[in-house]
Amino acid sequence: MIGQLLWRGMLAGLIAGLLAFAMASTFGEPPLTRAIGFEASQADGHHHGEAHSHGATGEGHHHGDGAGISRATQSSWGLLTGVGVYSTALGGLFALVFALANGRLGRLSPRALSVLLAAGGFLALVAVPWVKYPPNPPGIGTAATIDLRTEVYFLLLAVSLSAMMLSVRLARPLRARLGPWNGVLAAGALYGLIAAFAWGLFPTVATIPAHFPAEVLWQFRLSSLGIQVIIWAVLGLVFGALVERARRRRQLTGRASATA
Amino acid sequence: MSQTTTATGVSPESPSLPVVPLGELLPWALLGGLLLMLALYFVGAEQGATAMFSGTGIHEFVHDGRHLLGFPCH
Ligand SMILES: [Zn+2]
Repeated sequence: MIGQLLWRGMLAGLIAGLLAFAMASTFGEPPLTRAIGFEASQADGHHHGEAHSHGATGEGHHHGDGAGISRATQSSWGLLTGVGVYSTALGGLFALVFALANGRLGRLSPRALSVLLAAGGFLALVAVPWVKYPPNPPGIGTAATIDLRTEVYFLLLAVSLSAMMLSVRLARPLRARLGPWNGVLAAGALYGLIAAFAWGLFPTVATIPAHFPAEVLWQFRLSSLGIQVIIWAVLGLVFGALVERARRRRQLTGRASATA
Repeated sequence: MSQTTTATGVSPESPSLPVVPLGELLPWALLGGLLLMLALYFVGAEQGATAMFSGTGIHEFVHDGRHLLGFPCH
């Protein structure tokens, strides 16, 4: 049955990825392009990283050396591949988590469980990290801080996800002790508390150049958030619907209880 | 914790989907999880702070997605 869940998760992720690509292409690319323009205007004479030597001519060649992939390719097939692979793989992982959570988090229909898991995943992997390390367009970071920024970002993802799993795990005993409403509130408060501590304890990496256009940054971050909202919402809704439909058609039967 | 019916019409005795035994889940989670994480890694981080392949081709190809998906890029 896991195989059947897995491919449905990846299918839901692919559908989500295609919709997210439309969002990224329409609303994400314009601010990204303007950010590259700003970056190029600043690049003359300074800050050339190893992996990102920006030619003095900047225009049209974001990353000058080596691979020679054009902006046109980056913003079309590259973007489609990046968002599509990300979303499809996320859908597969989502299906694995769903298989683990199903029947172990109380009485929930597949659709309800799918939506709940997607909400939890969005909160833990997007919303909470977003507050501390929001997405940045080109022209914000410097090559000197990429190692640090990568480390703290993935570390925060790990902390946030672990805290979420802990809260979900404790929700049941807390409900038994405090009642259904207060139990869930307590579990949520625990996650919020850990998130708040993480926001405070993780280092702030400030790299926004003094004259970076604020409007471009705002639009970039907003579109980035929109992309993630689409991915997680579509993933949660489509996966749950696919599973329930398959279940009604008796396609999903477990080895353990084929008669359920 | 002893209700037999719910708003969703599913009773605890018969979850609408059979529970997947942990022993059945584990190999899938290990192998599938690893491959899927690897795919996320290639989109999100390869040829940035760390690299499995030399060059910048993968980084540059997925570059816009990496920025817009919220990963640190450059
Ligand atoms: Zn970049």
